[in-house]
Amino acid sequence: MITTTGLTKVYRSRGREVTALDGVDLHVREGEVYGVIGQSGAGKSSLIRCVNLLERPTAGTVTVAGRDLTALAGRGPRAGRELRQARSRIGMVFQHFNLLSSRTVQDNVELPLEILGVSGRERSRKALDLLDLVGLTDKAKSYPAQLSGGQKQRVGIARALAGDPKVLLSDEATSALDPETTRSILQLLRDLNRQLGLTVLLITHEMDVVKSICDSAALMERGRIVESGTVGELLATPGSELAAALFPVGGEATGEDRTVVDVTFHGESSTQPVISQLSRTYNIDISILGAAIDTVGGLQIGRMRIELPGRYEDNVVPIGFLREQGLQIDVLLAEGAE
Amino acid sequence: MTWSEMQPLLSQACGDTLYMVGWSTLIAVAGGLPLGLLLVLTDKGGLLQNVVANKVTGQIVNIARSMPFIILMVALMGFTRTITGTTIGREAAIVPLAIGAVPFFARLVETAVREVDGGLVEAVQSMGGNTWTVVRKVLVPESLPSLISSTTTTVVALIGYSAMAGTVGAGGLGDIAIRYGYQRFETDLMWITVAILAVVISLIQFAGDWAARSLHRRGGRSGPAPKLRLLKTKEPTAADVSKVA
Ligand SMILES: Nc1ncnc2c1ncn2[C@@H]1O[C@H](COP(=O)(O)OP(=O)(O)O)[C@@H](O)[C@H]1O
Ligand SMILES: [Mg+2]
Repeated sequence: MITTTGLTKVYRSRGREVTALDGVDLHVREGEVYGVIGQSGAGKSSLIRCVNLLERPTAGTVTVAGRDLTALAGRGPRAGRELRQARSRIGMVFQHFNLLSSRTVQDNVELPLEILGVSGRERSRKALDLLDLVGLTDKAKSYPAQLSGGQKQRVGIARALAGDPKVLLSDEATSALDPETTRSILQLLRDLNRQLGLTVLLITHEMDVVKSICDSAALMERGRIVESGTVGELLATPGSELAAALFPVGGEATGEDRTVVDVTFHGESSTQPVISQLSRTYNIDISILGAAIDTVGGLQIGRMRIELPGRYEDNVVPIGFLREQGLQIDVLLAEGAE
Repeated sequence: MTWSEMQPLLSQACGDTLYMVGWSTLIAVAGGLPLGLLLVLTDKGGLLQNVVANKVTGQIVNIARSMPFIILMVALMGFTRTITGTTIGREAAIVPLAIGAVPFFARLVETAVREVDGGLVEAVQSMGGNTWTVVRKVLVPESLPSLISSTTTTVVALIGYSAMAGTVGAGGLGDIAIRYGYQRFETDLMWITVAILAVVISLIQFAGDWAARSLHRRGGRSGPAPKLRLLKTKEPTAADVSKVA
């Protein structure tokens, strides 16, 4: 649904150059919620703003719903008619809501329809429908200043949906909200994704956001995507930073000459019999440092951190045994060790 | 001087002042609003970014602003004659008043429009709006309370300048205060004129403030966003980024 190839953005100001995006290849499938996570300054906002060409990429292409937007953009700094038309089919939600304070809630939702040239009566019908969808019917005549943060973001979402978009872009939509409101807004985005088949690309710096609603995720660092895939794929990727962050298990090695191993299992299976089997077969004492079970991206997943006596070299065979059981094994090497 | 002598003088003067100030305000708004918007839009990072046009317009506005009104009036005499056919009287005074007020108001518009949150501009762009949509739906309505205050300031300034227009025989309250009060020692008339001016200015200021405030109360800010320059990327507010790795 959204594809970027070799997307590069270099900001030039007063002779200084900042490479915010460095050859980003992103692929968001139709109907999925895709999260891009990264620290502040990683280039997340630049990426999402390049998707609807609010920011002109320095190089690379952006395709949304089969249309090459970079080709529509032309060369001048101003957006031509075709690009503007394409933009009207891409909804965007902002961290600070960006509602017009001079307009009522309903009039804010009607704004994109005014731009599309929809007639007055049709506009107000549509706006009221959308406000109903986000649960704000009773606030239609209020002004944004009279709403809470969560309500403002609901208006923002209703407004973003006014042009019947196929794609919704969300830049830190919940970052200005408290945890409770964040959950309800994420739930709303999830519902809209399911009900309307909306493809959602969201940017965040909070792992919890990815954990609660994303089907796929990408990790950005210094303008590059360093990891990406569906949540299932990521969790099954040995050594995945995203997986470790999405699903952390604690526990430190109890001493030197120990091997620490993370065992990840999906679905209903349990590591428990495998661990005792391992202990019996190789006659070793296994201590469990930490364990957790959780739902990530709709998948049930468990992870256990265990400790085997002896160095890694001594444990090649037992670890091989665990791998043979179809479990995902990550060996944590002690700091400084090769 | 008795009241019956003063009364026709005063009502004529009030009418003249109203006429000059009214027309020049109208022209100042009609000319200054687009000019002020242009100053913002053509600036670096603006929707119509054009460094040369911005610098040139800015310089012209600065020069016009720094010109003392009395000099402007004399300098514009030729121009005034081509437009109104005369350099004397209240019609003639409107020309330098308006020309002085256009750049004055334009700068106030510029300041007001710069205060509009750049995020709103982006929002409209993301909906597929063009520059004209941004001006009509965002920049003007969102800065309306400030624009009204700016208009009030301009009207009050114009009342002050219109007193000087008396020197080209345009009449008005200021002219009476100078000619009768100062030059002929009709102190009573002078004080009455000053009182009328004070009342008129207070009323205008009050009405302007009331209008601006009632619009503002309705609207208020739409979010906790700091006021940003046009088209600036926003950072997440939470500085502590939850660690990814
Ligand atoms: N308009 C701009 N002009 C210059 N530099 C910018 C601009 N926008 C972003 N940057 C720089 O690009 C880098 C990436 O920024 P951004 O995309 O906002 O990252 P994130 O959203 O992940 O915090 C940062 O170093 C930032 O300072
Ligand atoms: Mg950002």
